[in-house]
Amino acid sequence: MSGRALTPSQTVGPFFHIMLREPMNALATPQTAGTRIRIEGVVYDGDRAVVPDAMVEIWQANAAGRYRHPADLRPAPLDPAFVGFGRCGTDERGFYSFDTIKPGPVPFDAQRVQAPHISMLVFARGLLDHLRTRAYFDDERANADDPVLHLVPQQRRPTLLAEHRTDAGRVVYRFDIVLQGDRETVFFDL
Amino acid sequence: MDGPGRDPSTFPPYLYEAYRATVRRSPKQPLIPLPQTLSEITGPGPAISAALHQTVQGAVGAEDTDLTTNMGTGTEAMGERIIVTGRVLDEHGAPLVGTLVEIWQTNAAGRYRHRVDQHHAPLDPNFLGYGRCLTDTNGVYRFVTIRPGAYPWQNHPNAWRPAHIHFSLFGPSWVSRLVTQMYFPGDPLQPLDPIFNSVPTGAAQARLVAQYAHDVTQEGYALGFRFDIVLRGPRATPFEPFEAAQRATR
Repeated sequence: MSGRALTPSQTVGPFFHIMLREPMNALATPQTAGTRIRIEGVVYDGDRAVVPDAMVEIWQANAAGRYRHPADLRPAPLDPAFVGFGRCGTDERGFYSFDTIKPGPVPFDAQRVQAPHISMLVFARGLLDHLRTRAYFDDERANADDPVLHLVPQQRRPTLLAEHRTDAGRVVYRFDIVLQGDRETVFFDL
Repeated sequence: MDGPGRDPSTFPPYLYEAYRATVRRSPKQPLIPLPQTLSEITGPGPAISAALHQTVQGAVGAEDTDLTTNMGTGTEAMGERIIVTGRVLDEHGAPLVGTLVEIWQTNAAGRYRHRVDQHHAPLDPNFLGYGRCLTDTNGVYRFVTIRPGAYPWQNHPNAWRPAHIHFSLFGPSWVSRLVTQMYFPGDPLQPLDPIFNSVPTGAAQARLVAQYAHDVTQEGYALGFRFDIVLRGPRATPFEPFEAAQRATR
C-alpha cells in the first residue's frame, strides 16, 4: 500500500440534473421515528441573486442521534425507516427543501456532545469544489455548548442557525445559503 | 481529530477569475477549519451502495453501466464506442469496494440531454448520458459509453469545453465525497479551458486525464481508457461507545 495523490475536484456544472434520476428530498416515511420537520431555503450569490442551478446534499443522524454507518458503533438504535441522506436541486427561485426529522445529538469527543445539526454540501456551476456547511436549529438550547459553533466567530454564527416557524401545523426551519458577501454563510474547511 | 483540510496543491481555489462563474459564487470569508467528528467520518456512501445493490440484483440497475444502450430504445447510441474503467482507491492505495460511481456526459455531438443545453447540435434519441455502478471487490468500476464531444460555452470568446465525463462518488465518509471530471489524453482544448486550468498544478491536472489502455481496448468493439480515482479517507478512528454519547442519546 503506497500513498496516492488525491483526485482533484471539478465543478458539477449546469447539467447535473441528468444525474438526479428521482426526487431524493423526502427522507422521512410515515414509519420514521422523530419530530417531522421541513428544512428549506434559497441559495444566493454575491449579488444577492438566486442560484437556480445549485445542488444541496444533506446527511444527518436519526432521531436517536445514530448515523446509519459502520463507523458509528454506539448502541443508540438504528431506525429501519431512516437513512439520513438527501439531495435536492434548487428551482428557478433558488429554492430547495427537505422533508425529514429532527436529528438527535451526537458526540463530539469522549466528553462533549454536539447540538443537533444537519451536515450540508453545496454544489453548483461556478463552484470548483463543493462547499461544506452545517444547519443548526435556532430554538435548540444545546447550541450554547456546541463545540463546533464555538470554533466560529460569534458574529458569524447566526448564518448557521436555521430559523424555526410553524406553517399550517408543520414545523419548518428556514436555512438560506449565501455563497458570498453580506451575511455570507459559514463554510468549513474539512 | 483535525484533518489537514483541502490540499491547495490538488484542489482548485473557489475563486478562479478566468472561470467567470466563480467570481460571484466563491466565498470571500475564510473557511473555518472543521474537526472530523462523527458527523464527518460517517456519510451516506455505504447506505446508498446497500440500497443500490438491491436494484442491481434485479433487471433495472444492471444495464446502467452501458450508456450505449441504457436509453432503452433498443437502438444503440451514435458515436465512437469506448470503455472507461479504473480503480477507486483511498489515499493509502487500498481499493474502495462496493462504492457508487455515477457518470454523466454529452452525446457524441457535444449535446447534453438537458433543457438548459441549447447548443446547436443534434440530440441522439438513443443516448441518455447517465450511468452508475458499484466498484467490485478490487475497487474496479467499468462503463461502456460513447466518446463525448466538445461543446461551446459562454465563458469567454470562442470558449469550448474539452471533451469530458462527469464523475460523482460518495466513498466511505462525508470527507470522501467527490465530484470531478475526466478528460481524454491529447485533447488540445485542455490548456485553453479555465475549468481544467483551475487545478493548481500540472501534476494534479494530469490526474484528471484518462490514459489510453490497449489492454482494455476490446478487439473489433471499443477503445479502452483507464481512469483511477483517489478519495480522501477519514482521519479519525471509529467512535466506540462511551458514556457521554449514551447519555446524550437516551
